[in-house]
Amino acid sequence: MKYNITLESFEGPFDLLYHLIEKSEVDIYDVSIAKIAEQYIEFISKMQELDLEVTSEFLLMAATLLEIKSKMLLPKNDIKDDQMEMEGIDPREELIERLIIYKKYKNAANELKNKFDIHGKVFYKPKEEISYPENKDITIEGIDLNNLVKAFDRILKSNNFKKNDLKFHEIKKEEMSIEQAMKFVQNKLDNIEKIEFTNLFEDKLTRTNIVAIFVAILELLKLKKIDIIQENNFTDISIRKKHR
Amino acid sequence: MDKTQVKGIIEGVLYIWGEPLSIDSLHKILEINKKDIKCIIEEMIDEFDYNRRGLQIIKIKNSYQLATRPIHYDYIKKLMPEKTNKGLSNAALETLSIISYKQPITRVEIENIRGVKCDKSISTLIDKGLVEEKGRLDRTGKPIIYGTTDNFLRHFGLKDISELPKLKDVILEENNTF
Repeated sequence: MKYNITLESFEGPFDLLYHLIEKSEVDIYDVSIAKIAEQYIEFISKMQELDLEVTSEFLLMAATLLEIKSKMLLPKNDIKDDQMEMEGIDPREELIERLIIYKKYKNAANELKNKFDIHGKVFYKPKEEISYPENKDITIEGIDLNNLVKAFDRILKSNNFKKNDLKFHEIKKEEMSIEQAMKFVQNKLDNIEKIEFTNLFEDKLTRTNIVAIFVAILELLKLKKIDIIQENNFTDISIRKKHR
Repeated sequence: MDKTQVKGIIEGVLYIWGEPLSIDSLHKILEINKKDIKCIIEEMIDEFDYNRRGLQIIKIKNSYQLATRPIHYDYIKKLMPEKTNKGLSNAALETLSIISYKQPITRVEIENIRGVKCDKSISTLIDKGLVEEKGRLDRTGKPIIYGTTDNFLRHFGLKDISELPKLKDVILEENNTF
């Protein structure tokens, strides 16, 4: 039960082994193989209970631990044992060496992670294709503005006859387009926070202009560029610039 | 050409280039000797730091590159579309640390140290451009040897591989508890 939280987080048999040794709070060289082997196997069976994949690496480690345990349990031949001690041969030795090397790189991995956490927060501008505008000159040599005007005038004159030949019904140009009216309203609001509705129309405006401005206000409202507010009943309606 | 002018040119060139730009390239551009360029860039690095500029000049091997600063990460991130930026798994980090310290190294050697299969971690690291194949050993089976890339240096803020943090001796650490 104690183990079920971080089961998957062990990166391999050494990781688990080191964790167990650290937990038992003994010097790595004084590890009691019997105890650690027991804990290790218990752990693996927990993993199986939880239906986690126990990889062959974990099983191999368990077997290695048991092998060392059995070697250490063997009755010791006194003379041989003395020799072994002198030569410093311990069945645990190889395993512990490997464990220490593993731990060394695991520590380094943590340091690298710290570096990655800092330097991973740096951005670089992706390389772009460097290009510059090529000078594709349009050559208009020998033409001056006057010539251009004359040419235009000629074209106008050559089309002139049509004007006389045909009678057109004259359609008056719209005095103020909706776009212009919208600009007009926005210009009015350029320097001031709000403007009263009636003040908007104070310039001498034609009927069509008034209609245009009115439509423009509705349009601006739709585009969420302005707010229309009436602070109190019967007070003038005012138009306010919308702040984003 | 005075120093300020040179600095201006270097800044502009680094900006537009985007990628690490080598001293050699800068030498070709500026036509002044490499030692002077190196000195001036080192000075620029200090100036950028001292003035707490939004950009920094980082050094990777013999090249320089403009980059943003880690402290601005949270602000710059707001500009980016939501992306689940998965870091490196512990397994990948362990594998990477072994490769970085022991390169060039074969897969089997890595697996000996870690005690587990590492093919998946290695391919993740290759995908992320942190590790690359550095050739093959002239040995039975001609095993591939792996090493880290310049991209690895960049991501970990290292000028070159010699700047890796010193490997701490675990044995000493353990004995210190006495």
